[in-house]
Amino acid sequence: MRYFELFNIPVDYHVDLAKINQQYLELQRVVHPDRFAGKGEREKLLAVQKTAEINDALSILKHPVKRAEYMLSERGVDIRAEQQTLQDPIFLMQQMEMREALEELPQSDDVEAAIEQFEQQIKALDVEFSQQLAQQLSSDNEQDLQLAADNIRKLKFVYKLRDELARIEDNLFD
Amino acid sequence: MAYSEKVIDHVENPRNVGSLDKNDPSVATGMVGAPACGDVMKLQIKVSDQGIIEDAKFKTYGCGSAIASSSLVTEWVKGKSLEEAATIKNTDISAELELPPVKIHCSILAEDAIQAAIADYKSKQAK
Repeated sequence: MRYFELFNIPVDYHVDLAKINQQYLELQRVVHPDRFAGKGEREKLLAVQKTAEINDALSILKHPVKRAEYMLSERGVDIRAEQQTLQDPIFLMQQMEMREALEELPQSDDVEAAIEQFEQQIKALDVEFSQQLAQQLSSDNEQDLQLAADNIRKLKFVYKLRDELARIEDNLFD
Repeated sequence: MAYSEKVIDHVENPRNVGSLDKNDPSVATGMVGAPACGDVMKLQIKVSDQGIIEDAKFKTYGCGSAIASSSLVTEWVKGKSLEEAATIKNTDISAELELPPVKIHCSILAEDAIQAAIADYKSKQAK
């Protein structure tokens, strides 16, 4: 997969963010405009294109959902523009309950402990789905790829919960 | 982006917010979610022996358009038969609420919610 190769890291959903950042700095240095100051237009243009590609790769490799969607699309299942709804009653009921709990969180007796506990719950879901994803994304089996697509969709709800929690924290402590 | 007056009205005065008793055999639940924005929608219907929707309630965590779409759908389905309710299309919802193209998925969510509730009712009855 091109972006993983560009950054010289193994094709694996679990990535080493420190390594990505380090490779990014190295790649940026090589294509920096200063190095092309005295060069021809063609070289300059190529350097600009390479810079854009490096930046695209960085934003996708660093972001867990974008990275998963990229890996899945490279395996032939592209869900990046889908408008489809998710219909998994058990998962959605759990999401609904968590959103309700989040709504009531500011009224807790011990708000900080409640936030801490909620963060742990989100983290547990994140870890669960991410571990399944890593396995499914390394498979060539069509069924595994469809399961991966479903896990990515679910992960988006988990990140939404995290965003909502952050928003509530901002409102409480600002 | 500005919401239409109809959306604002539904957001400020949502119709039929709440829950019905899910253990009641005449109550069915449709749960749907939109991965793109993380919206979650629950739509419940209470159906008479004659197959008429007597009551409808919703709970939605999402943007104004998603709340308005589900609020509107609960108003529309009340008094309708299951067959009539099943014909509600997202385009009817988005036209009524004057939703902009980027919010069409909210109306799709509401259409899917009513379809899911009807399917849940049928599977409950089959048991």
